[in-house]
Amino acid sequence: MDILIAAILTIITAATPLLFAALGELVTEKSGVLNLGVEGMMIMGAIIGFVAVHHTGSASVAIIASMVAGAFMASIFAILVLKFHARQVPTGLALTIFGLGLSALIGQSMIGVAYTGIPKIAIPGLASIPVIGNILFNQDGLVYLSILMVIVVYWFMNKTRAGLILRAVGDSHDAAHAMGYSVVKIRFMAILFGGAMAGVGGAYLSLAYSPLWVEGMTAGRGWIALALVVFASWKVGRVLLGAYLFGGITILQLHAQALGIGIPSQVMSMLPYLATILVLVFISRDKTKIKLNSPASLGKPFHESR
Amino acid sequence: MLPRLIKRQTPSASMVYLSPVLALLLTLVASIILFLMMGVSPAAALHAFFVEPISSVYGLSELTVKATPLILIGVALSLGFRAGVWNIGAEGQLILGGIFGGTTALFFYEKTGFYIIPLILITGIIGGMLWAGIVAFLKTRFNANEILTSLMLSYVAALLLNLLIHGPLKDPDGFNFPESRLFSDSALLPILYDGTRMHLGAIIALVAVGLGWILLSRTLLGYQIKVIGDAPAAGEHAGFSPSKIIWITLLISGGAAGLAGAIEVSGPIGQVLPNISPGYGFAAIIVAYVGRLHPLGVLFSALLLALSYLGGETAQIKLNLPVAVTGVFQGLLLFFLLASDVLIHYRLQFSKQAAV
Repeated sequence: MDILIAAILTIITAATPLLFAALGELVTEKSGVLNLGVEGMMIMGAIIGFVAVHHTGSASVAIIASMVAGAFMASIFAILVLKFHARQVPTGLALTIFGLGLSALIGQSMIGVAYTGIPKIAIPGLASIPVIGNILFNQDGLVYLSILMVIVVYWFMNKTRAGLILRAVGDSHDAAHAMGYSVVKIRFMAILFGGAMAGVGGAYLSLAYSPLWVEGMTAGRGWIALALVVFASWKVGRVLLGAYLFGGITILQLHAQALGIGIPSQVMSMLPYLATILVLVFISRDKTKIKLNSPASLGKPFHESR
Repeated sequence: MLPRLIKRQTPSASMVYLSPVLALLLTLVASIILFLMMGVSPAAALHAFFVEPISSVYGLSELTVKATPLILIGVALSLGFRAGVWNIGAEGQLILGGIFGGTTALFFYEKTGFYIIPLILITGIIGGMLWAGIVAFLKTRFNANEILTSLMLSYVAALLLNLLIHGPLKDPDGFNFPESRLFSDSALLPILYDGTRMHLGAIIALVAVGLGWILLSRTLLGYQIKVIGDAPAAGEHAGFSPSKIIWITLLISGGAAGLAGAIEVSGPIGQVLPNISPGYGFAAIIVAYVGRLHPLGVLFSALLLALSYLGGETAQIKLNLPVAVTGVFQGLLLFFLLASDVLIHYRLQFSKQAAV
């Protein structure tokens, strides 16, 4: 029982960064923009969050700083893609390469610096329920925030007029433009939101998951988040499911060793990447289904004069 | 007031070539600002970065050592990018080439023979092709996005190398260090210029530039690649098979990356290490773009990116600057290039009159 609870707790911590990043990317992609720079935005969130907590000691300041860092990175992408008509795929790649380099530069002085991790917030009363109390109601603030964001994004996408407009822009930017909506402005906002979410996802890694700074510590999670959006068929609820599924796979390596299973650690570490490939294969093999679910204008350039 | 962008009737041919120059200038300006922010004299930093590394014969030879893998991979990636096939996992394919080529070298340990080096290079190519072949198979058979699969396989490749270097490839007399034996002389690439590390790979890279140029401009396959990339519908109408192009471009870029990996282990490194590339596979993406997806352009941009690696090392030694500056420089260069490229299709208008 204790092992099970420990396993579930680690699944939650492994899933949370993926959940943030994938939710943000989902909103960006729903507006019709494919930002492949998630990894770069995450790692910048990770280092800026860590630097902020090191200097201020405040977890809240660190979280906000990481969101700003992610949104700042995203704004570079947004300006290039929306104002300079740069192609989305190479621009996203550039964002990742730049983010990995810049974070390493900023992080030079942070190597070996320790941090205790962001505090857990026990919800009075509920946290003392046996078993589930500890799992559900004694988490750090970011775990609660990630679940809250699932609800907010779901509500925004499906229940609000603004969400409807955002989806319309993603499905047919020309039609949305003809109806008088500012495609560029709406996409700009969606990209910034995606960046802020990736930033806080990255900060979860350096503030809670393993509270220290390691160069390249996102280790491909930004890319896994991108795959999760495809896996989820651009549906909010399924992003939640996918993130926890991948969280589960990620922590297998920790617990397999604890249970004394004789598989080399490197093989266990391959699992999330191999699972991503498997999932992509499984979801993508039906071409029509992908076409039906993905935003119709995804990745296509837009220019008003057309 | 801000200038507005006006779409050109036809893309500007001269801007295609001016854009990388403009991007480089903007990157230098941004670097100067960055150095000022870091409290380093920009003059000293730029000197350490761009002048000092190539002001000696040894420095120039090191430039060829670093440029070799970038040219090989950059030329091959250009073909795929032209066809709209996004292999961004060249880093993993390079690692597989290193594993395969390295295993061959260790298999012939303390043996001599002219056949050993060709075998190392060929097995390296096979290793890279195998890794890229998985991507091609998943793309053509299951429609799986090649960007994500090739990248995921890069992480798997790095872990695989780590696993092997802690196991079968480890030096039996190496006090348990995760390193292979040093290759014997007959498994090391011949040095072209005594007293330097400039090796046979530099010539192979030049041959690759020539082959890439011939393939693109003189063969039907090159024509098909360009048509599929520019107008997929027209390509299919003409009966060109997109699957075939996916397979071929991935096998070529995988093979080239694998060759680069085999060259790295049997050239400048001389053994198998847990880390055989400082990100050449990713930098080659920038090389391909800055080189305008053209083999000759790639040659020049690879030298520039090679210089950024050397410059990063020099700046670290002379000015105590973090080596990560290299990555920032490379990222900035690609950003500015993508921004400058807007001028290929649009022109700036500064006057107040309304756009047509």
